[in-house]
Amino acid sequence: MRAPDADDDAPVLTAHRAGLVGCRGCGRVWPEDCAACGRCGTRLSSPDRRSLQAVWAWLAAGLIFYIPANLLPMLKTQTFAGLRGSSEATIIGGVIELVHYGSYGVAAIVFVASVIVPIGKFIVIAWLARVAGRPATVEAAHTRLRALEAIEFIGRWSMIDVFVVAILSALVQLGFVATIHPGPAAVSFALSVAFTMLSAQSFDPRLIWRGLPLRTRRDRTAA
Amino acid sequence: MIEAGNYDIRTGAGLIACPRCDALHVETELTPGETARCVRCHTVLARPREGAFTQIVALSVTSMVLMVAAVFFPFLEISRMGFGNATSLFGVAMAFSDGWLMPLTVAVLGFIVALPALRAALLVYVLLPMRGQGLPARHAGAAFRLSEILRPWSMAEIFVIGTSVALVKVAGLANVSLGPAFWAFCALIVVGAASDAFTCSTSIWDTLEDRGASTDGREVVPDAPAAAANRAAVEGGGDAAARPGSA
Repeated sequence: MRAPDADDDAPVLTAHRAGLVGCRGCGRVWPEDCAACGRCGTRLSSPDRRSLQAVWAWLAAGLIFYIPANLLPMLKTQTFAGLRGSSEATIIGGVIELVHYGSYGVAAIVFVASVIVPIGKFIVIAWLARVAGRPATVEAAHTRLRALEAIEFIGRWSMIDVFVVAILSALVQLGFVATIHPGPAAVSFALSVAFTMLSAQSFDPRLIWRGLPLRTRRDRTAA
Repeated sequence: MIEAGNYDIRTGAGLIACPRCDALHVETELTPGETARCVRCHTVLARPREGAFTQIVALSVTSMVLMVAAVFFPFLEISRMGFGNATSLFGVAMAFSDGWLMPLTVAVLGFIVALPALRAALLVYVLLPMRGQGLPARHAGAAFRLSEILRPWSMAEIFVIGTSVALVKVAGLANVSLGPAFWAFCALIVVGAASDAFTCSTSIWDTLEDRGASTDGREVVPDAPAAAANRAAVEGGGDAAARPGSA
């Protein structure tokens, strides 16, 4: 596929600049007043900084649920019917326990998946949403797009900790010897991961590529 | 109807906008094996493969069969000091079933069983009738769109990594034996990854459009070899497949 203008030095013609709107689902181009893509049915919207409100809202929700996810227990372990003590481990507690067992590799996986990745995600999404729509050099735009792709790819992997809790609590039901139950942090962590995934999905990558006015051209002529 | 390579800048007919950066491209018919990349952000716009529909249908059916096995066979078993416990995939999801953790049961079942199975079924529904020169089924477009929306939420491969982390945690506590469902799940990951690698959503949308799903006469004539020869002549031969900046 080639660009519609034949001049190599000409600025890239975008659908928005041509007075059209591109579908984010399938790429089909439609006149600007179309509401939904006639091919795949996705709702059409021009790149607009107002869409960042959804990003910030989901991000805030994710951040709020990340706090109890770290403070409340993730796992409740009972050994020998509580005689050997019962313990409640938070996310960090679980990692420390794994380090004590000497399984550094797994400790690293859990630490990366449930601490580094979520916090990195919060920072990167907030940064992308802050700088979105501001003019950028081509290199900066490529960096931002790569950051977004990394977040989209890696974000789902945080769910690993929820699955570990589910498997452990289903499996370790040895009556008197040992039982494991899930703690409330599992729910808040799952919600936090889901909300940040939604936040990354609602970020419109087309905003990376050009400084766009806060209001569309049509709004301004109407005002 | 718009001929291949022609476009109308006022209505957008015959044009494709990069979903990542909004740059406009003239829609051209690719031959299998070619890759079209965005001139500005280098995102892959299309990468059709020979016989991809048949392969995806086969892989999707495989993954549905594996999913049935994964659900009904025992998943993991542990024993220590005469006490033993086995769990199936449902048991894993049911771990959250007491009290107010209940919604998480539904979510986990969805992530690891329902959504992967639903996606496989949707792909079969969309692609099976379109093998060869067949016409798409009713609402095939909506079905494929749903499958694309669900893609990030089907987390079977994450679950398998989660299983291995859990196994390391339990290994110190008791003896663990892996059931057939565990191996079925591992196979499911491989099959799913292969299916995703073969899926080129642009070619599926194009085919849906060319075969008579709502088109408004905007479809590009599907004469791939002729279009490729034409393009090679225009662009000076060689690897004409949408080099970045080739204009």
